[in-house]
Amino acid sequence: MTADSTAAASEPQEGTVSRSASAGREANPGADGQADGGPASDVLLSLRGISKHFGPVTALDGVNLDVPPGRVTALIGDNGAGKSTLIKVIAGIHQADQGEIYWRGKRTDIRTPHDATELGVATVYQDLALCDNLDIVANMYLGVEARRHGMLDETPMELKAKETLAGLSVTSVRSIRQPVGSLSGGQRQSVAVARAVMGDAKLVIMDEPTAALGVSQTAMVLELIKGLAANGIAVVVISHNLIDVFSVADRVAILYLGRLVSAGPASDYDRQSAVEIMTTGGLSERENANNDARAAS
Amino acid sequence: MPINEEPAAGTITAPRAIEQETAADQATLDRSLMALPPDASLNEYLAAWFKRVRSGESGVLPVIAGLVVIIIVFQIERSRFLSALNLVNLLQQSAQFIVLGMAEIFVLLLGEIDLSLGYSGAVGAAVMTILAYPPINLGWGFAILAGLATTAGIGFIQGQIISRLRLPPFVVTLAGLLFWEGFLIWLINNQSPSNGGSIRIDNPTIYNIVNGTLSITAGWIVLAVGLVLFAVGSVSRDRRRRASGLVAPPLSLTLAKVAGVSVAGVVLVAICSVNRAAFTGSTVEGVPWVVPIVIVLVVAWTFLLGRTRFGRYVYAIGGNREAARRAGINVHRVRVLAYTLAGLTAAMAIIILDSRTGGANTDIDGGQTVLYGVAAAVIGGTSLLGGRGKMVHALLGGLVIATIYNGMGLLSLSADIQFMITALVLLAAVIVDAVSRRGRSA
Repeated sequence: MTADSTAAASEPQEGTVSRSASAGREANPGADGQADGGPASDVLLSLRGISKHFGPVTALDGVNLDVPPGRVTALIGDNGAGKSTLIKVIAGIHQADQGEIYWRGKRTDIRTPHDATELGVATVYQDLALCDNLDIVANMYLGVEARRHGMLDETPMELKAKETLAGLSVTSVRSIRQPVGSLSGGQRQSVAVARAVMGDAKLVIMDEPTAALGVSQTAMVLELIKGLAANGIAVVVISHNLIDVFSVADRVAILYLGRLVSAGPASDYDRQSAVEIMTTGGLSERENANNDARAAS
Repeated sequence: MPINEEPAAGTITAPRAIEQETAADQATLDRSLMALPPDASLNEYLAAWFKRVRSGESGVLPVIAGLVVIIIVFQIERSRFLSALNLVNLLQQSAQFIVLGMAEIFVLLLGEIDLSLGYSGAVGAAVMTILAYPPINLGWGFAILAGLATTAGIGFIQGQIISRLRLPPFVVTLAGLLFWEGFLIWLINNQSPSNGGSIRIDNPTIYNIVNGTLSITAGWIVLAVGLVLFAVGSVSRDRRRRASGLVAPPLSLTLAKVAGVSVAGVVLVAICSVNRAAFTGSTVEGVPWVVPIVIVLVVAWTFLLGRTRFGRYVYAIGGNREAARRAGINVHRVRVLAYTLAGLTAAMAIIILDSRTGGANTDIDGGQTVLYGVAAAVIGGTSLLGGRGKMVHALLGGLVIATIYNGMGLLSLSADIQFMITALVLLAAVIVDAVSRRGRSA
């Protein structure tokens, strides 16, 4: 149990530390019921029995997931576990072959990205999808520019962009008229998130938000994620980095070969058990987790 | 531009030196200086600007400097280079390069290229010439509109082929280059079989686009109106921004800019007002029509790119097509519209060329013409990779090309030397751009 164990995700002692650090943050255990029946009432988004096939490949197989508002839900799993497919189903890029989606307890369909946006689902992809040659305001308003007499109306866009960034406590940006290409990785992530929440998003999905970021940049992004949840926004984070996951997540959902094998409060897991479930499907843990979840609800 | 003043988290990872001078600073100096406090003084603005130039975001400065050097060299070699006659001639020669450069910028901003614009523009100009010629004798307005519509339609079709079938623009427009050359020869020879491949421009108005002039009084009135509009527009825009609590340049800077443009305008009109044919005993004076036409076109297209959704989307697609698509932008429609506008503008360019030479010809070198258009845009500072460039680049680049062409004509240099020197200038422009951008990351 030495402190020089570096990034290896399977090191048990670090996981234990993370676990204890995150345990105290579970303020509302009632929201964590992962019941197999109908969705709980205080849940923003519920997926029931979501399956998706690409030809002979089963990408998702009967996934049940509840996403509560004001909480950070970490979606973890090994490569090919179906994380990306699942968020694409929520974002309307893919349509599920089977299963139901409930939004605030009401059955809904998300057929296109536009449907998702209408509901209040905003997705921040790993590549951020920013135009480096455009400035921050232009990027935040890309596709939804304010207009007056058919021309771009920069003043309200600039004011609102400033306000949104300030609301996210993004203060390190020198000028919101500087091109995004000149920003640091964390600042770019902030712009992408600001763009996502500006449209009054209720659920923000973030795909690998801390990949390729330095230590201090990562801290900045993790603060940003906590800030979103504190504002009542539901956040779903996909990450390979379990250190980051356990430092922000309120809930953890683990995918294994297209199936949601385990879900529950982050305090129920440590990095060791999470890795075990991610790599083996962890049947025994899954049973335990489900039992815990039932007990909690 | 790497920002090193703030100790915030943002400075931990090395800031990326990606395409820096961008659509973001497209409007003017003022927008790129938003980092300044709202009440920044003139001195602070100039200091910030100077810092930008030193860090490699020199914008159009190298081109202007290059143009001045070229002019000085030619003036030393041939004292009549800066005569009113030659300068007006230079303006008339530059119009086709400038306008074709603007046409090309629409597609270059997407990160694409249209090689067919020389010949497709020539087809449009030929259609105009034929319609305005006996026996059809259509009025100049309808003839020009038909010519513009023809090439715009060609651009539309090629844009559809490129975008719908997801084909490389280079190949599709290369096919266009060959096809429209053939079509041009067929069209002109079919219409006028006995004229050796040319149709004279019969309509005096079309002929006068380049060769006619405004009266001296009209020239000054147009200048005055233009300057008043520019001044009122600039000042009221700054005032609106300041009223909303946003950063705007100090009034003194805006007024200095207006004064600078005014001086340039006055010098231009004054030169054009000199009798250029005094040595022959006749009178040729006034601003050629083509000058205000080109300026209006530069302003209009700058406005389109800088202040409309379409323009913003062109930059967005050139910067990151996938991001634009995910933002809900109809990428297909924007691309097709860009090719269509490129066609429309190219038709204007070749109409100007035909107006100057007095007729539509089968022996126009549309391949070389279009490459001069690309060269004008690139010399001015537009990137071939997309997302970076402005219409004013075509104006400056076109002037550079025309100046070389004109000056070497005065020096009686033969075509071989002319080509090689033009090539070196193009190469120099790209090197200056690349080196100055490398300086940004340092």
